[in-house]
Amino acid sequence: MEQLILLILIPPLFSAALNGIFGRRFSNATVSLIGCGAAGLAALFALLAAWTYSHLASEPLPFIQSYFTWIEAGPFRADFALYYDRLTLVMTVTVTLVAFLIHLYSRGYMEHEGGYYRFFCYLNLFLFMMLLLVTAANFPLMFVGWEGVGLCSYLLIGFYFRKKSASDAGKKAFVVTRIGDAGFTVAVALLYWSFGSADFGYIFDRIGAMPPGSMQGALTAAGLLLFLGAVGKSAQLPLYVWLPDAMEGPTPVSALIHAATMVTAGVYLVARSSILFAHAPMALAVVATVGVLTAFYAATIALTQNDLKRMLAYSTISQLGYMFVGCGVGAFAAGIFHLMTHAFFKSLLFLAAGSVMHAMSGELDMRKMGGLRSKLGTTWLTFFIATLAISGVPLLSGFFSKDEILAGASEGPLGHPLIFWLAVFTAAMTAFYMFRGLLLTFHGPSRVEPHVASHIHESGSKMTRPLIVLAFFSVVAGYLSWPKAWGGAERFDEYLDPVFGRSTALLAAENLRPAEHSLSHLEIMGVSVAAALLGIGVALWFYLKSTEIPRQLAARFEGIYQLLVRKYYVDEAYDWLFVNPIKRLSDKVLWRSTDAAAIDGLMVDGSAEAALSLGGVLRRIQSGNLRSYATWVLLGAVLWLGYALFHG
Amino acid sequence: MVPLYHILAVSVILFGLGAAGFIVRRNIITIFMCIELMLNAVNLAFIGFSRYLGNPNGQVIVFFVIVVAAAEAAVGLAIIIAVERNRATLTIDEIDSMKM
Repeated sequence: MEQLILLILIPPLFSAALNGIFGRRFSNATVSLIGCGAAGLAALFALLAAWTYSHLASEPLPFIQSYFTWIEAGPFRADFALYYDRLTLVMTVTVTLVAFLIHLYSRGYMEHEGGYYRFFCYLNLFLFMMLLLVTAANFPLMFVGWEGVGLCSYLLIGFYFRKKSASDAGKKAFVVTRIGDAGFTVAVALLYWSFGSADFGYIFDRIGAMPPGSMQGALTAAGLLLFLGAVGKSAQLPLYVWLPDAMEGPTPVSALIHAATMVTAGVYLVARSSILFAHAPMALAVVATVGVLTAFYAATIALTQNDLKRMLAYSTISQLGYMFVGCGVGAFAAGIFHLMTHAFFKSLLFLAAGSVMHAMSGELDMRKMGGLRSKLGTTWLTFFIATLAISGVPLLSGFFSKDEILAGASEGPLGHPLIFWLAVFTAAMTAFYMFRGLLLTFHGPSRVEPHVASHIHESGSKMTRPLIVLAFFSVVAGYLSWPKAWGGAERFDEYLDPVFGRSTALLAAENLRPAEHSLSHLEIMGVSVAAALLGIGVALWFYLKSTEIPRQLAARFEGIYQLLVRKYYVDEAYDWLFVNPIKRLSDKVLWRSTDAAAIDGLMVDGSAEAALSLGGVLRRIQSGNLRSYATWVLLGAVLWLGYALFHG
Repeated sequence: MVPLYHILAVSVILFGLGAAGFIVRRNIITIFMCIELMLNAVNLAFIGFSRYLGNPNGQVIVFFVIVVAAAEAAVGLAIIIAVERNRATLTIDEIDSMKM
């Protein structure tokens, strides 16, 4: 088992090194063989590890293995240790499967792009870092993976580095997530200070053994700070601004990193630390609140976006909010379940969008699309399936996971009717804007420009086959947790119970819900399906039947429309509040005053100046004039005599 | 007896005059005379102390100083003559380089 877990991590790392160092000389075929091969091996080993772990005698206890001592500084010790339990199983299998499919897709998508080897190198490096993140057994090692995925995200967003908007977007992503990382670091320091260790096993056992209500200050602070890290990495309010810009990267990057894996790292962090949050319900309440507000907020922006990938980006932010709602109300398994289903259908959506982009010679503005269904059959079908899934249409995966989250919001330990209804409204909006996207892109009259229209072609099998596989998963992944209300056993939740059971039970026992009657599970399902159908219905009405209505609405409610299209002017606000003042500070104070004047002028030039003038003064002693020499001698003698008399 | 500080005062005045002349005057021979003056001022001081401390050591030192001063004057004058023959000047301001 110890070797198996390591074997999941090693192929991507090795392949990244190989492609990175020698890739320039390899042919595209070799590069993709190494790259996809590594991803495939990782997936294979992940499945093997899953099978092996499930048959261990110690199952379902976590399997922790330390491989070597990494940091040892006085009493502080952090090993390179990996932690494998059921949650890790779910994460590794999902991540490697989706990553493998996206690697395959990239073979087709990036075929004609420059820097082919660089792309696969970064993609594999990212995979390694992400796997390290989810298998780490202590916070510092997890942070290595955390920062590593941030690095790869920067490298991949700015892949087309010659394009200024792309490199700017990369920088923006890195800087904004850094703010969250600061929170993460302080949280780890706080936990170390409180518990004397940074190991998951040790800390979580200690917390679990404490009576509820103890160490509230430290635990709540740690929880909030960890969540701050998650807010940055998973693009929640207010640190979400980097994700829409990240669409500058190649589409497979958007699919892998910004839909299925990296952005879910924050959710994983919260889920992994569930016992900590269970003992700090205030922090958990903040998680749920931020999650639902973000979900709602991002959905409102997605309603009006015209760029296909941007719309999907805001959709991702919104769905991540849902996952945090799941965790935040105490239904951690529901949050992870949604993470898994979302990975499938969101990456599918992005890859299909890439296929559309490919066909449309790079065009992404939905106003210039339309009627593509006839020419892009497979792409349409897979996109349609994914849209059904994300809208929460029954019998597809999204329905089951979204339903569990809504159930948690209504009945869960920290559930609240406000959260529930906001989430329901958001679900309606989600269905609406997703179908809007579908209809604008694939249906209706063609608004495609003629010179683009002549090149429209369905993508090759390298791209469409992964789409089909992902579509399959988007349908069936939900059956892992057939709801109890329909006679099922909710296997997924049950499966993750060893991981989350203690936390959920603790939260339930604390009896924090407002004492209101909650809806039954069937009623909740009914509400969510109704919301989905409402959203779909309005979208069909607006974009299929009476297509003038959106334009009329936009004209009537010009103010609100502009507010939404311009993303609530948040980027402009941040520019005014933070970016420009810092730029001015850097220019006027740090550059002009400190660097140029103080350091260059005062210290460097100044010391040279001082040396020169001192020399100039002292030079006068060497005048060549004998009498002045005699004078100096006399003066020296007098001074020495005086010293000898008075101090000697 | 003459008070000690009378003797010392004269000694200081002589020394000061010698030092001032040493710095101010331009003729080398005048400078040498000032050096001699300074040396003799110091001799006077030694004798005064010797008398008042009843210690003959002061007077012995004076012997040494006189001998050294004489030797130094001899050598110094020899150098001055050599320099004067080479540079045709006795003004110290013009004898400011080692080059011939």
